Amino acid sequence: MTRGRFLFVLACIGALVAAVETLRSPDVSAAVVAASMLATTLRFATPLTLGALAGMFCERSGVANIAIEGMMLSAAFGAFIVAAMTRSLAAGVVAGMVVGATMALLHAWLSVTLRVDQIVSGTVINIMAAGVTGFLSTEVVRRKAIEGAGLLPAWRVPVLSDLPVVGPIFQQQPIAWATLALVIGAHFVLFRTVWGLRVRAVGELPRAAHAAGISVQQTRYAAVMVGGAIAGIGGAYFTLEAVPVFEPMMTNGRGFIALAALIFGGWTPAGAWVASLLFAAANALHINAQQFGIPVPSQIVGMFPYVLTIVILAGAIGRVTPPAAVGQPYVPD
Amino acid sequence: MSPIESHERTTTPNDLRQSARSAPIPSGTRGTGDPTFLLEARHLTKRYGPVIANRDVSFAVRPGEIVALLGENGAGKSTLMNVLYGMTVPDAGELAIDGKVVRLRSPRDALARGIGMVHQHFMLVPPFTVAENVALGNEPSRRGAIDIATVEARVASLASRFGIDVDPRAIVRDLSVGQQQRVEIVKALDRGARVLILDEPTAVLTPQEAEGLFRVLRGLAADGTAIVFISHKLGEVLSLAHRIVVMRRGAVVGEVLPEDATAESLAAMMVGREVMLRVDKSPSTPTEDRIVVRDLRVAGDHGGVAVDGVSFAVRAGEIVGIAGVQGNGQTELVEAISGLRPTAGGTLSLVGVEAHGLDVRARSMAGLAHVPEDRQRHGLVLPFSVADNLVLNRYHLPPLAQRGVRQARAIVAVARDLVARFDIRTPSPEVPVQALSGGNKQKVIIARELSHGLRALVAAQPTRGVDVGSIEFIHRSLVDARDAGAAVLVVSAELDELLSIADRILVMYRGRIVGEVPGSEATREGIGLFMAGGGGATQGSPPAGFAREDDVHYVN
Repeated sequence: MTRGRFLFVLACIGALVAAVETLRSPDVSAAVVAASMLATTLRFATPLTLGALAGMFCERSGVANIAIEGMMLSAAFGAFIVAAMTRSLAAGVVAGMVVGATMALLHAWLSVTLRVDQIVSGTVINIMAAGVTGFLSTEVVRRKAIEGAGLLPAWRVPVLSDLPVVGPIFQQQPIAWATLALVIGAHFVLFRTVWGLRVRAVGELPRAAHAAGISVQQTRYAAVMVGGAIAGIGGAYFTLEAVPVFEPMMTNGRGFIALAALIFGGWTPAGAWVASLLFAAANALHINAQQFGIPVPSQIVGMFPYVLTIVILAGAIGRVTPPAAVGQPYVPD
Repeated sequence: MSPIESHERTTTPNDLRQSARSAPIPSGTRGTGDPTFLLEARHLTKRYGPVIANRDVSFAVRPGEIVALLGENGAGKSTLMNVLYGMTVPDAGELAIDGKVVRLRSPRDALARGIGMVHQHFMLVPPFTVAENVALGNEPSRRGAIDIATVEARVASLASRFGIDVDPRAIVRDLSVGQQQRVEIVKALDRGARVLILDEPTAVLTPQEAEGLFRVLRGLAADGTAIVFISHKLGEVLSLAHRIVVMRRGAVVGEVLPEDATAESLAAMMVGREVMLRVDKSPSTPTEDRIVVRDLRVAGDHGGVAVDGVSFAVRAGEIVGIAGVQGNGQTELVEAISGLRPTAGGTLSLVGVEAHGLDVRARSMAGLAHVPEDRQRHGLVLPFSVADNLVLNRYHLPPLAQRGVRQARAIVAVARDLVARFDIRTPSPEVPVQALSGGNKQKVIIARELSHGLRALVAAQPTRGVDVGSIEFIHRSLVDARDAGAAVLVVSAELDELLSIADRILVMYRGRIVGEVPGSEATREGIGLFMAGGGGATQGSPPAGFAREDDVHYVN
């Protein structure tokens, strides 16, 4: 992410916080509002960041991924049901990763092996995820009255989380903390490891990678599935960290906003994270506006993240060059 | 025909190997006296559907030897190279390295056995550094991270050992084409290549850059590397190779030593008949201005200025050539003249009419013909029939259309006439044009453009990827158009083409015209200097025979 973009994001987040500040009812303190905005922003950024990282591994290898939404939704369901059955939240998270990776395997098989148009393949996964999880949630979960296993408990940073006002920022749940680690880890993997170099090569100029003795297909399968597993963690967020139930279509477009964050962030982990924070802040505005009694219709405020997505995807804030081979199936020779 | 046949030994592969062995070991190389081949292909056959790309091809190279593989487009050179490099698995035949039969299933196998390749389209990842590109596929790592410093050191040491100028930390995207090619060579050497295969390596180089490449290759050969050099350029093959293997229609048709060959004899082997390498033409007798460009500026695809204040005129009855390395604004200039791309400044007049605001069809109706650079995209509608493609510039006019209804019979009649006059090899005018060979596709375009009220012609890369026989015909057609009174502007990356047909040659470099020379006085070296921007650097004193663009427009 370029400096200019980074400053743009900071300015936007600042403006959103300032908006809540000016409109808050006089009986809440400014510091409490700011801390609450930041804490919610960090929390809401979790699924977006994970979705964007998922898309990043996929697209950096040259496979377009509009199926983040579907991968997260099916993982949200998988995580919920496994956690409910085993009564183990950790098993639920693992199940989310497995389901995400499995959906990614389907995406890879369709688009890498069968060379189906990658947008079509992604659409297939999105529709299938919506249909299958919707069906299972009414026919199995509701009919059998399956109870969720609860939520992952917050991990508190000692001392900092006990501070007044800013304390809530340092009380996040495990997936939110893991996300921060994953941003750093993804950066290292993509830009410092052998595998990362190969993924990027395959996504930029697959002929060159093939000529260098690298298997384009294997590399793409691996990258897409790593992405799918990360999307799976993002899915688990919805049912194990946000709310303890599964509802049809509960990802609610977050996968597409994650895609926007990926693009706006220039296909880099840090960029994707910062861009996710922006979208999350727009979302946090909605919640905090209600909480602090801001006199703007909540429908208007709720629109904000989606409007921002459209503006950014339309290239209003300048364009970033995507990986050169994105969307192109590789046909050797 | 007899001079050709003396060169064209129609041999069995067995004879061929013997003749290769009996050919003298080139002097000045190490490994003299070693009779074994480093790399040997035996009886290779590769089919793509009904097309036989390689038919019983046998071929070999010794350590320290530079073998040129000469042939036209479609002769099967690239297929053979892909087989040698493991990118294509042959249907029959075998490969031997150091006399031992090997099976190459992928480039990885080839690399592991010391075979390196420099592809025609470079296999370099543009956003990566030189070192990252060299490392790709063979990356040293320490504690999980790539150890790029080691690769940088290796690149620097190879570069200094072979006198190759390359910075390991440079981003490939920022390098010139010539530098990128050196990165490719370093990449192959870094993998321990003992055989280096180069596919049309000079296609993208200035003559000076090509000379630099040859120096590097001679140095490598002297060091014991075997070099296989693929080309269709006769001159460079004669000057560089120790041995020349000629392919035609998928088969090896002969093998000669450069001292026994001439450009004419090699061309005849490539084509299978005698060809005219020089076009017979009388001195030009130019009359009035037909294409006048003044201070023209045109934007490039990614912003920036592609054509930066160009002025020249092309008169009726002359052929003006524009030389230059690809990517110096020639494409944008041609598109601006033909109306495909808007101009950003300056004036352009065609056949006496100010062209600003005229669309492509208006320009075409005014008598401007255009042979586009990319014939697949801009020259032809590939799924349409040959006949429909032949009338793309007049299908809406009577008698081909009456009150908006196509007259199929009239169209086919025009098409049959053009097919005959321009010697287009097609089963019938009704077949889709995409079924034709490259040369015949180009003839379809030439026939269409030259046969309809021609007053001025802009031809971009008119013979790119076209067989020698068609090149001869196309050149003849361009000269005939000139003699019939048309103004002809030819843009070409092939210097030899311009030297043989142009009456004047302008050289483009970074969007400007940096030199002009009459065709009769032009030399490869002089033009090459301008192509590399050398003319622009020597302010005030252009080499003899050249006039600066600002001084004169007509030198002849």
